[in-house]
Amino acid sequence: MSTIPNRFLRDGRGLPSNLEEERIRIEGLARSYGLDFFETIFEMCTYEEINMLAAYGGFPTRYPHWRFGMDFLETNKSYEYGLSKIYEMVINTDPAYAYLMDCNLDVDQKLVMAHVFGHVDFFKNNAWFRHTNRKMLDQMANHATRVRNFMARHGVDEVERTIDLALSLDNLVDPYRDHIARPKDEEVIDDLPSDAAARLPAKAYMDRYVNPPEWLDAQRQRAERETADQRFPEHPERDVLAFVIEHARMPAWKAEILHIVHDEAMYFAPQAQTKIMNEGWATYWHTHLMTRHVLTDGDVVDYCDHHSGTTAQQPGRLNPYKLGVELWRHIERRWDRGQFGKDWLEETSPEARRQWDTHAHLGRKKLFEVRSTHNDVTFLDAFLTEDFCREQGFFTQKYDAKSQSWELASEEFADVKKGLLSMLASRGTPRISVVDGNGLNQGVLCLAHDHEGPDLDLNYATTVLGNLAALWGRPVHLATQLDAKPVRLVHDGANLSRVDGP
Amino acid sequence: MLPIDSDLGRFRDIVKGRIRRELKRYVSNHELIGRKGKDLVSIPLPQIGIPRLRHGKNESEGVGQGPGGPGQAGEDTAEHELDVELSVAELAEILGEELSLPRIEPRGASSAPTVLNRFKGISRVGPDSLRHTRRTWRQALRRQVASGSFDPKRPVLVPVREDFRYRSAVPQPIPHSTATVLYLMDVSGSMGQEQKEIVRSEAFWIDAWIQHNYREVTTRFIVHDATAREVDRETFFRLRESGGTLISSAYELALTLIERDHPPSATNNYVFHFSDGDNWSATDTAKCVDLVRQSILPLVNQFAYAQVDSPYGTGQFLKDLRGAFTDDERVALSRVESKDAILGSIRDLLGRGR
Repeated sequence: MSTIPNRFLRDGRGLPSNLEEERIRIEGLARSYGLDFFETIFEMCTYEEINMLAAYGGFPTRYPHWRFGMDFLETNKSYEYGLSKIYEMVINTDPAYAYLMDCNLDVDQKLVMAHVFGHVDFFKNNAWFRHTNRKMLDQMANHATRVRNFMARHGVDEVERTIDLALSLDNLVDPYRDHIARPKDEEVIDDLPSDAAARLPAKAYMDRYVNPPEWLDAQRQRAERETADQRFPEHPERDVLAFVIEHARMPAWKAEILHIVHDEAMYFAPQAQTKIMNEGWATYWHTHLMTRHVLTDGDVVDYCDHHSGTTAQQPGRLNPYKLGVELWRHIERRWDRGQFGKDWLEETSPEARRQWDTHAHLGRKKLFEVRSTHNDVTFLDAFLTEDFCREQGFFTQKYDAKSQSWELASEEFADVKKGLLSMLASRGTPRISVVDGNGLNQGVLCLAHDHEGPDLDLNYATTVLGNLAALWGRPVHLATQLDAKPVRLVHDGANLSRVDGP
Repeated sequence: MLPIDSDLGRFRDIVKGRIRRELKRYVSNHELIGRKGKDLVSIPLPQIGIPRLRHGKNESEGVGQGPGGPGQAGEDTAEHELDVELSVAELAEILGEELSLPRIEPRGASSAPTVLNRFKGISRVGPDSLRHTRRTWRQALRRQVASGSFDPKRPVLVPVREDFRYRSAVPQPIPHSTATVLYLMDVSGSMGQEQKEIVRSEAFWIDAWIQHNYREVTTRFIVHDATAREVDRETFFRLRESGGTLISSAYELALTLIERDHPPSATNNYVFHFSDGDNWSATDTAKCVDLVRQSILPLVNQFAYAQVDSPYGTGQFLKDLRGAFTDDERVALSRVESKDAILGSIRDLLGRGR
C-alpha cells in the first residue's frame, strides 16, 4: 500500500534533477559501505512547512492540539530572527521520509542526505526500535481522525482538556515496556485457593474426619486474608499512564485519548533512548561519505562551516552529535588496533597502551554490531573508557550557590562516568512508579518517587498530581523527599497537601 | 494555508484567554502606553506549556565536555517562558470582550469618504498576476470571428498581445464615520505621579478601544491647571506641571477647538476629562456645568469625566457634576480609587456604546 495519505506532500515536490542525481549516488555509496536502510523519500519544503513538520514531530498529520501551534510559533520566530534553522528531519517509518529545506545550499542538501541515510539505517537495525510501529504515518493520521470525531461528539474544549491532562503524564511511561516478555492473559493461572484446593483427598465416608469443617473454614479465611494482602499492582509499575488507562474509571473515549497519547509517547521513546548513538552514527557516516566521495572543491568551505556548527561545543552542555561521533570513532580505532580483550585490559604501561596495535582491523565490524544492540546508557557504560574521557576533556560541574556560577567539580573518570550515566538513565525525568492502586483500601493511587539526587519541582508536581487526580477520580499520593526528608504529597483533586514522614 | 494554522489559532485563543484573566495587570502596564494600533506588543507568558513532573532547582550537577569549561547548562533546566506578540488592536478587542463593551454606535453624518482602490475596471496593460482570463479569451474570440479565422468546427483560440485584458484598480469612495476625541487632563499640583499614571493608562486604553471602533480617529490633547493649552500626544503623556486649577479654562478651550475644527456634522466628538476633582472655586464649577450643558453637550456624542482619587483633592467636582447631570445619558461619570479600579472605570465611561 502506498503511504502518501497527506495533503501537503503534493506532486512535483520531488528533488530537482541535480539533487536527484546526488541522492542516487549517495544512496549507492551508503549501501556500498553496508548501511542497510528503508527506502527513503526526500521532500523539498519551505521553511514554514519544515517548521510545521518540526512542531508535529515530523509527521504531516497530527491530532488537533494547541501545543503544536505554540511550538510552530516558536520555531518560526526563531527562524525569522535568524537564530536557528532546521537542517534535517527524518521520521522513523517504512518508507522513511526526510525533509530538506528548499533554501539551503546544495552542499547542505548533500550533507543532510548522507546524514539521513545513517539515521534510517540506525532506525531499521537498532534493537530498541524493534517494537516501533513503522506505519506510524498512518497511525498518527488515524489518531487525528479519532480525536476529531471525539471533538465533534463531545466538544472541542472537553477533548482538549483530556489531551492536556494526558500529555502532562506522557513522560511517566516505561520505555522498556514493550521489550519485557510478559505472560499472555490466558497463561495467568487463577491461583486463588478454593475449597476444592484446600480439601485433602479422602474417601467419602472419611471426609468428615480428614477434612473437618472447622479446618476448612480456617483455610478459607487464611486464603481470603492472603488475597487481601496481595498488592495491586503486584510489582511497582513504571508505566503510570498505562496503569491509569487500564484501571481508572472513565468514559471509553477518554481512555482512548489517553491510549493515543501513550501510543505516541512510546513511539518517540526509543529515539530519546538512543539520541547520542543515533546522532553520532549519522554524523560518522556523513563525514565519511562527504569527505571521501561527495564533496566538490567548491563545497569544502561551506561543508566545514556547517559540520563544525553541528559538532560545536558550548560550555556546560553536552552535544550529542559531538559525543556520539567521537565515541564511535574511538570504538573503531580501538577495534582496528585490537585494543580489547584480557591482554589489553591487563596492560598498564601508558606507553605500551599508546603503541598497541595488533592490526586486527575489526573496527567497522564492531561498529555495526554496536549499532544493532546498544542504547545510549549501555553504549556509554560499555565504551566510555578512561582514555576517551581524558582525550575528550570531560568534567563534572556543580552549581555554587554562593558565587552563583557553575564550577568545576571533578575531572576524575569515575565521577564523570557516574554523572553521565545517571543523567542518561533518568533523562531529566524523575523515576515514578505506581506502588498501590488501591491505597488505604479507598482507591487512592499511591506513587513512589525513586529519589536519587534532586528534588521534584513542587510547582509542576502540584499541577501534575492534580491532573492525575482528575483522571484517576480519587486522591493521589506521591512519596518523595524534599530537602532530604521523606514527604508524602497528597492531592485530593482540589488541593495539594504535604504530609511529613514516609 | 498550512494544516497547523488551526492549532496556531487555538493557541492564540488560549493566550488571549490567559491575558483576559490577567487583564488588570496589563492595563496598568506602563510599557504599553504610547503604542499605536498595529504596533506589536510582546507579552511574556510563564508556564503556558504542558506541565510535567521534573526535577527542581536543586539540580545542581552536570557533566560537560571540551575546552569551554563549566557553564550554565542551558535550555534543559531553564524556566520556559514564552513571548507572545499581540497588536494593540487585539488587546483592545480583548479589553472590549472582557468588559463586554458595546460597539460604539456612530452618530452624525458619515461624511468623510475614504478612497479605496477596488479592482473593478479592465485595462489593456497590467501584470500577469492580474490577467482577466475570461475577458482575454472573449477578446480573442471576437477578433478571430471578425477576421474570419475562427472555425466553429475546430474552435481554436489563440490570444495575441492585444487581446490580453487585465483587472485594474478604480478608486472608489467609501463613506464611513470618523471620530474626534479630546482628552483633557488636570496637571495641577495636586495631581501626583500616581494619579497621572492612572490617567495615562486609562486614556491609552480608551483611545485603543475608540481607534478599534472607528476607521479614522483624530485625537487632541489638552492639559490644564489654571490655564489650558493644547499639547501633543507626547507632552500629554509626560508633562508634570503645578499650580491652581481652573477647570473651566479647559472646557472653554475644548469648546473652541470643537467649534472651529470639528463640527458635529462631520465627525463624532468625544470629550474625556481626567482630574482629581479639586476645582478652584464653586463659581468656576458652576461655570463648568453651564459650559457643558449649554455648549459642549450639543456638539458631542458623549462627555466623560473620570476623577482620580488623590490625597490632596477634595473630590468635590464629581459630586457637583453628579448633581447637575443625574439622568443625562450623554454624560458618563466615574471615580478611580486606585490602579485596580481602572478597568471598572473604563467600563463606566465606555459602557453605553455612544
